[in-house]
Amino acid sequence: MSNPTPRVRVPAKAKAGEIIEIKTLISHEMESGQRKDSAGKAIPRKIIKAFTASFNGKPFLESDWHPAISANPYQSFFFKVTQAGEFRFVWKDDDGSEYVATNKIELA
Amino acid sequence: MAVTRPIASRRQVLSGLAAVPLAFAFLPQLAEASASAVEAEIKKLFGDKAIGSGKIKLDAPQIAENGLVVPVTVEVESPMTDADYVKAIHVFADENPLPGVVSYRFTPASGKAVVSFRMRLARTQHVVCLAEMSNGTVHMTKSEVKVTIGGCGG
Repeated sequence: MSNPTPRVRVPAKAKAGEIIEIKTLISHEMESGQRKDSAGKAIPRKIIKAFTASFNGKPFLESDWHPAISANPYQSFFFKVTQAGEFRFVWKDDDGSEYVATNKIELA
Repeated sequence: MAVTRPIASRRQVLSGLAAVPLAFAFLPQLAEASASAVEAEIKKLFGDKAIGSGKIKLDAPQIAENGLVVPVTVEVESPMTDADYVKAIHVFADENPLPGVVSYRFTPASGKAVVSFRMRLARTQHVVCLAEMSNGTVHMTKSEVKVTIGGCGG
């Protein structure tokens, strides 16, 4: 499979105090480690095991994922905007690689 | 002799009554073979702490046609202030090969404790959701999802 590509939807502007929804999607097969190939051999697990969302360098949401998360994981969560700044989203793979996306937000 | 006889018969009646619920107690265990795996995970997280109900809205389909992609939304009632917020949400599935699904850890900066994601369900089962609040209390809810096509491949 090609390199996992994260896609994030964050509003470009928000009022101070507004709670915004953030949606993220990343292409990843999330191989559960439960499947067998045609020869009956177990296919080794390879999933994204953790996700962190930070704003201006401060993490505000962390999550641990298990093999029960669907392929091409989608999620949505919320954030209360108090100032302009930059979001940083990091997905951590079983193999040690990290997939990163950044998004800026301005005050309306 | 006339006094002991009624006592003996009361014992028989009582032991007979006790056997009835015992016989039925095994049935739910057969139906949910790995509900105990979820219980073990909950014990690992919270020990013997009392777990309350309410506070959580678990939005999952009643019938999922495709167990590979089941959309789930969890919403926990909380003002999400520094003094009172949701610390974490843990999601489990009692009939999957592995009980864990996802854990989210929040901060008051989240504004509200709502998350959506998509999960795999191997077969018809309960999705179990726990919420850990900043004051240390824990709440739990579960919802049954009927699965038409299981989502664990192979």
